[in-house]
Amino acid sequence: MTYRKADVSSLRMLRRARDRIDRDYREEIAIAALASDAGYSREHFIRAFRAAYGDTPGRYRTRRRVERARELLRSANLTVTEICHLVGFTSVGTFSSRFSELTGMSPTRYRAEAAARGGPAPIPGCFALMWETGLPDIPAPATRPAARQDRTSGEAAGPAGGVPSGA
Amino acid sequence: MINGIDIVSVWVLDQDSAKEFYTEKLGFELTTDIKLDNGMRWLTVQPPGNTGQHFLLMDPSHSMLDEQTAAAVRGLVAKGALSPGVMATSDCRGDYEALVKRGVEFTSPPAERPYGIEAILRDDSGNWFSFTERKQQW
Repeated sequence: MTYRKADVSSLRMLRRARDRIDRDYREEIAIAALASDAGYSREHFIRAFRAAYGDTPGRYRTRRRVERARELLRSANLTVTEICHLVGFTSVGTFSSRFSELTGMSPTRYRAEAAARGGPAPIPGCFALMWETGLPDIPAPATRPAARQDRTSGEAAGPAGGVPSGA
Repeated sequence: MINGIDIVSVWVLDQDSAKEFYTEKLGFELTTDIKLDNGMRWLTVQPPGNTGQHFLLMDPSHSMLDEQTAAAVRGLVAKGALSPGVMATSDCRGDYEALVKRGVEFTSPPAERPYGIEAILRDDSGNWFSFTERKQQW
């Protein structure tokens, strides 16, 4: 978890790319465009992004969309199909399967369980959001084991990544 | 009895750039900018209105941290992992518009939350802040 000086400027560029995904998660921004804005080739960008944040940019965007969908399912009076399109998925089938992979249940069941618990989550949404998008360790889906096999430095990612808070 | 928080430490990558960002873009007031005997630059700012709540904008490389730890902190700040806290506003949407015009970056626009209206702001180093107009009862 030690960074050289050169790493800091590349990390800044990676973070700006991730911020753009966070901000414009609905849009299908080409990974190649994010890479070239950050000064990388597409392949190098994907590797560097995964080294910093524990997930590829594409998977990160999926996680961001699913996380937004979870909030809408808890709080908004919209249909699953509306939410699917609102967060940037074009197919309900894809949305449902990605959602289930990352959440462990379908959108419909997630909404039903949230309603049964009642009321908003007791923690501020922003913190829930940052935790959910910042940590890579959501269990890998059984159907896609290869997607997470070769992660290397995921431990360094996320707000809980060994921050020397008292220093 | 503890009766408040006077100074919150914020790690920044470049103090000159941070000073400009906090004073010129966010509109904070500069409260101290001095060099201490030990080589550390003591740079503090506060939100307008003499709130008495200061941010200490610290450079990890010129602090009490050893070189290796300072490098780790710089990396964490740069990659956007750290958040010093919540900035309070009385007009989240209005301030958001004004700050975006001045070039301040947000990762989330203002949105209704159970506790108020909240956006997520990035400083020039990579720190993120909740930027929140709280509801009365919260």
